[in-house]
Amino acid sequence: MSPETTGTDTQKTLKMRLWRGDESGGEFAEYQIPAQEGEVVLDVVHRIQAEDAPDLAVRWNCKAGKCGSCSAEINGRPALMCMTRMSTLDIDAPITVSPMRGFPIIRDLVTDVSYNYAVARRIPPFQPPVLAEGEVFRMQQIDVDRGQEFRKCIECFLCQNVCHVIRDHEDNKESFAGPRFFARLAELEMHPLDTLDRRRLVSEQFGLGLCNITKCCTEVCPEGIHITDNAIIPLKERVVDARFDPVAWLGRKLTGKPNPTPANVAAAYAPETLEDQLNARRAGQVGSHPMTTGIDSN
Amino acid sequence: MPDIETHDFDILIIGAGGAGLRAAIEAQAKGMRTALVCKSLLGKAHTVMAEGGVAAAMGNVYSEDNWKVHFRDTMRGGKMLNNWRMAQLHAQESPERVLELEQWGALFDRTPDGLILQRDFGGHRYARLAHVGDRTGLELLRTVQHRAVAVGIQVFMECKIIRLLHDEAGRVNGAVGLWRETGKFVVFGAKSVILATGGVGKMYKFTSNSWEGTGDGHALALWAGADLIDMECIQFHPTGMIWPPSARGLLVTEGVRGDGGILKNRDNERFMFNYISDYFKAETSDTIEEADQWYDNKRDFRRPPELLPRDEVARAINSEVKAGRGSPHGGVFLDIASRRSAEDIRRRLPSMYHQFKELADVDITKDAMEIGPTCHYIMGGIRVDADSAAATVPGLFAAGEVAGGMHGANRLGGNSLSDLLVFGRRAGIGAAEYALGTSGKVNIDETQVEKITQHALSFFDHEGHENAYSAHQALQNTMQELVGIIRTESELLEAKDQLRGLEERAQAVSVEGHRQFNPGWHLALDLEAMVAVAQCTTLGAIDRRESRGGHTREDFPLPDNETLGKINMVTSIANGEVSVRSEALPEMPPELKELFEEAH
Repeated sequence: MSPETTGTDTQKTLKMRLWRGDESGGEFAEYQIPAQEGEVVLDVVHRIQAEDAPDLAVRWNCKAGKCGSCSAEINGRPALMCMTRMSTLDIDAPITVSPMRGFPIIRDLVTDVSYNYAVARRIPPFQPPVLAEGEVFRMQQIDVDRGQEFRKCIECFLCQNVCHVIRDHEDNKESFAGPRFFARLAELEMHPLDTLDRRRLVSEQFGLGLCNITKCCTEVCPEGIHITDNAIIPLKERVVDARFDPVAWLGRKLTGKPNPTPANVAAAYAPETLEDQLNARRAGQVGSHPMTTGIDSN
Repeated sequence: MPDIETHDFDILIIGAGGAGLRAAIEAQAKGMRTALVCKSLLGKAHTVMAEGGVAAAMGNVYSEDNWKVHFRDTMRGGKMLNNWRMAQLHAQESPERVLELEQWGALFDRTPDGLILQRDFGGHRYARLAHVGDRTGLELLRTVQHRAVAVGIQVFMECKIIRLLHDEAGRVNGAVGLWRETGKFVVFGAKSVILATGGVGKMYKFTSNSWEGTGDGHALALWAGADLIDMECIQFHPTGMIWPPSARGLLVTEGVRGDGGILKNRDNERFMFNYISDYFKAETSDTIEEADQWYDNKRDFRRPPELLPRDEVARAINSEVKAGRGSPHGGVFLDIASRRSAEDIRRRLPSMYHQFKELADVDITKDAMEIGPTCHYIMGGIRVDADSAAATVPGLFAAGEVAGGMHGANRLGGNSLSDLLVFGRRAGIGAAEYALGTSGKVNIDETQVEKITQHALSFFDHEGHENAYSAHQALQNTMQELVGIIRTESELLEAKDQLRGLEERAQAVSVEGHRQFNPGWHLALDLEAMVAVAQCTTLGAIDRRESRGGHTREDFPLPDNETLGKINMVTSIANGEVSVRSEALPEMPPELKELFEEAH
């Protein structure tokens, strides 16, 4: 007997029902495999892959809860496979593992999460103040604490998966960023150095108003980020302030500073096309700095 | 190539961890049309696993710190096998690279007066690691990821590069890849290519590396005719978790032993007393009675043997396992549960306690941990020019863990995140300058593409052979047992022999199913890379007949500073076979040499 098969639970057989299929359809396939002590769901999936189903499609990377690749629904509950210990499940009953339901299926346990990457590209990035030569940023720990909570996000997209605004209404994806990106927007809004005002953009282009704070996102977050309480609700309050704060309105009237409309925030971000950027840089740089090959010694 | 998707760029970057992303940002800023290709989704790279921090002599906590001190620490940590110029550039430029991350939105922990806080770490003379709690790698990766998105870099996700392409003059000019999702091939033409693929841990059975650490970049460079250096220098942690599976690869801090943890074999014997070498006799307890009194009275008693230096402990664990006295899964037991009260353990080792409880349901206050040597990081890698990151084949560049030289024979904690930033940027500049110096259109040789794609598809035709998973396990066993943390000539020669057989097995594996998202196929392609890298490591280890940093020879326990300490083991492919030769290290200029003389 190889050392791998020793263990206290060798008598028991796991009945793993894994979803197999692609966009055209599929079904649960049952795999029976001896139980071993101390495994997480991902370990069992890997054993099935190595022994019975070498072409079983599954995403994973770190297997330590730090990369957010192995998101799935285990007995219907959204979770990371690497952080779900078999000992927390009833192994006398069949255990089902299915892909995240909120995203289109690619194959088996792998889904198309490109929606998230598309939203990420639409977010106006961090915009710091201009520093003088040799100057460095100073921030207090208490001021970076809030942003740091959101930057713990491992982008497992489980919050996006369970958010009912998009889980059951595919067409809302056009106009709704989802909890992961509300956390990102909150992080930028609360960044002590950021100079861009994204408040109206948040409601008018990212659909913050569609969230009715059911907290499903917070419940599934493997990093324990308080998405609803610390990101979404404060964002909603700030959006309201931006629209209806009479003092701020008067201030803008007096200083002549324009209202932060989505249009002028987007203009500040001004994502030119890639070609424009490249042409501009080329025009500026290539001419003035003659480049050498630096490698003719080979 | 009518049926194959083809892209044309100035620069192709393979790997989207910290180094690849930083290189892409720089290349794009130089006006290059830049493609970034990664095997996983963007943002999942192994960089996220780094905890400790980014080493940079900013002097925020100790104003005495400066690049020269950092340089000296790095060279000493690397047992002077480092490429001095890389260590110098790294020490000089890392502060600027860290501050730049703040410009891109990073939120580091702060000092009371609002600067970036820096923490102490082993081998660094001053508190030098900029950090964010214990998730600095994630912060670094997210920051460069957001920056790359903001500047509009084109990212090709879940694409495995199979081979590099070259023109008639032998210059690298692109690569052939495979979309994991569809199983279709893709060709990238480029004026220059940057490899930033990370490490090789997956050729070992016990590793902290993620599935992507299969030595792809090392192998791509090797197959393209480039030199690798010092591939035998690999950092192992002597006490990584090997069981249960859910915890495999987690590293157990030395603090567990410092706080009373002891090492035991399967017969429950506290074996370290059998391994006290003469060199350490004077300062080490030789009875259990004395050792156990040390924890409370460090003045009157000598240290327990569990706290001998890392390589001594590793050698002892290795000997117990090889003598058949190991634990059921090929390690030994680290026991603190029977030594300290549950309350004490939870108080003194809170993060260890919680990590094990949460990840593995292992209660270290109740049970012994099953631990063994775990592969963590490879110092060796692609031989590069320090300033430009150019490999020895024209058009090819490398940065990050895949490049060799920076860390010598041993890497200091915190120096890899700074390495990514400094040399990622330099590779971006180097590759851009090279690309601007080339003229004409990139001409892809269809014959090469055809050969590569046919080879990749051939695995589907091998019927009735083993699958890639079992061949991979066989490779991992060979490397773990014979080319692991403690090495000896007879075992290395045995490994060399076995690797010949494994090379054949890797080429013969069968792949079941179809081309769409088929991990069995992807592993077959990764496996060829791992076998090639394993050969380089083994050949280097055979010829380096000394112990230095991450290379420990049972039969040559001391460093040989006169000869072997002054050479790189260079592996390359000649006549279709991996071979090794030695070459002198670059000579350090006198003004830097002085730093080591005055330091006593």
